[in-house]
Amino acid sequence: MKKLTAYSKERIKYLNKRKRDKFSIIFLRIFLLIALLGIWELFAENGIIDPFITSSPSRIVKTLKNLFINDNFTYHIGITLYETVVGFIFAVGVGYTVALLLWWSDKIRKVLEPYIVVLNSLPKIALGPIIIIWFGSGEKSIIFMAFIIGIIVAIMTMLNGFLAIDKNKILLLRSFGANKFQILLKLVIPGSIPTLISMLKISVGMAWIGSIMGEYLVSRAGLGYLIVYGGQVFKLDLVMASTVVLCVLATLMYVLIATLEKVIIKYKNE
Amino acid sequence: MEKLLELKDVSLTYQTPKDEITAIKNLSFYCNKGDFMSIIGPSGCGKTTVLSLIAGLISPTFGEISISGEKNPLKRENLGYMLQKDELFAWRNIERNIFLPLEIKGIKSKSAKENAISLLKKYGLYDFRKNYPDELSGGMRQRVALIRTLVSNPELLLLDEPFSALDSQTRLSVCDDVYKIIKSEQKTAILVTHDISEAISMSDIIIVLTARPAKVKSIFIPNIEGDSPIRKRESPDFSIWFEKIWRELHV
Repeated sequence: MKKLTAYSKERIKYLNKRKRDKFSIIFLRIFLLIALLGIWELFAENGIIDPFITSSPSRIVKTLKNLFINDNFTYHIGITLYETVVGFIFAVGVGYTVALLLWWSDKIRKVLEPYIVVLNSLPKIALGPIIIIWFGSGEKSIIFMAFIIGIIVAIMTMLNGFLAIDKNKILLLRSFGANKFQILLKLVIPGSIPTLISMLKISVGMAWIGSIMGEYLVSRAGLGYLIVYGGQVFKLDLVMASTVVLCVLATLMYVLIATLEKVIIKYKNE
Repeated sequence: MEKLLELKDVSLTYQTPKDEITAIKNLSFYCNKGDFMSIIGPSGCGKTTVLSLIAGLISPTFGEISISGEKNPLKRENLGYMLQKDELFAWRNIERNIFLPLEIKGIKSKSAKENAISLLKKYGLYDFRKNYPDELSGGMRQRVALIRTLVSNPELLLLDEPFSALDSQTRLSVCDDVYKIIKSEQKTAILVTHDISEAISMSDIIIVLTARPAKVKSIFIPNIEGDSPIRKRESPDFSIWFEKIWRELHV
């Protein structure tokens, strides 16, 4: 008789294949990165491409080192991070609240519908000059840009989530004698948490678009400022280095929200 | 016998942008305490609407509905509604799902919660109290849904085709379970269904409605022997009743 705990041959084969597949994907990801950087570096080194225009990985590293040591790079990172996070929090907070309001009142929703459609279609960057005149040429304008780009998507995503709540579940709560506030508290808010998570993920991206775009328009500091400045004075190393940092920061913020999602799922399962 | 529910000349007209539709016209019937009543009728005749009226979720255009003499729909707290699907909340475990009616009604007493837990114990779901709905089978979920309607101790249960979302195997056994639970808790129940055999096997009294606008077409009292729906289905009388009601529906 076989031991019950022993895996069958097929099972072991399957598990091994799974492990191999997982490993090979991670390996290929890293390999792709190294290959791309290697080719870039090699081509720049041997003059196949002009590093003055394309920069190169080693020059980016050198520039980053310089930026941190000699220039006040952390200050620029801090500024952009601050603008993005504040814009994000406002867009998400106000967006969620407005979506709740629109869910609560059919009338308000119907009245505001065309306005939201127009605001959604409008390229927000067109508001740039107006924003600068209203909020001045500083952080406030940039935060507002991040806010206005994020809020419409936040409202629309959240509202769709609220409206997608099963009508029969509402009927059930009403049969218990629930009022609208209880329906909101017991069903609509907890039932739309998956939508909230995806809204946060979308909004992080939107906030970055807003803050960098804002810095392109008007700023004296920040990563977007460094990128535009670098472009104007033809310092491609500076442009590339700032872009790399931007990539890292945006990924970190996304990971933060993905972690939040995991925490919520874990909390649910306990 | 004590009348628990009475409908007197109930009519319902509702408006759509295109038309005015009379869904129910002069509907009158009553249900005695402890009875299991089924309402059947051609599809689209407004069976579910009748339940919504009784539950006070919509108001009749004319007529009167009273439960234990209470005519104000806002004071109808002694009823439980069971829907086609279990409608359990995926983010709450079984225990917290069945506490939901208590939370809504603001009942915080320990005895009410203990009563809810004892219902879980009694009907074999206690071990699953910390599980989430998606970890339970369709039949178990529907039993949890029934227990959820029982925790606030309603006198009258309204069942809106509660087995229609289940596959035919599960359906028979869940139907049997639900019947036994309702009988052992001594509840009055009104079942809306389009399934003639389900109506015959479960009910003491069957009301057949006409096509829209719905009113009572006929009333049957199938006194079939057997102490459960499955037993009743085995009785030779069953097919006789089936044919009788089938004819009534298809005249």
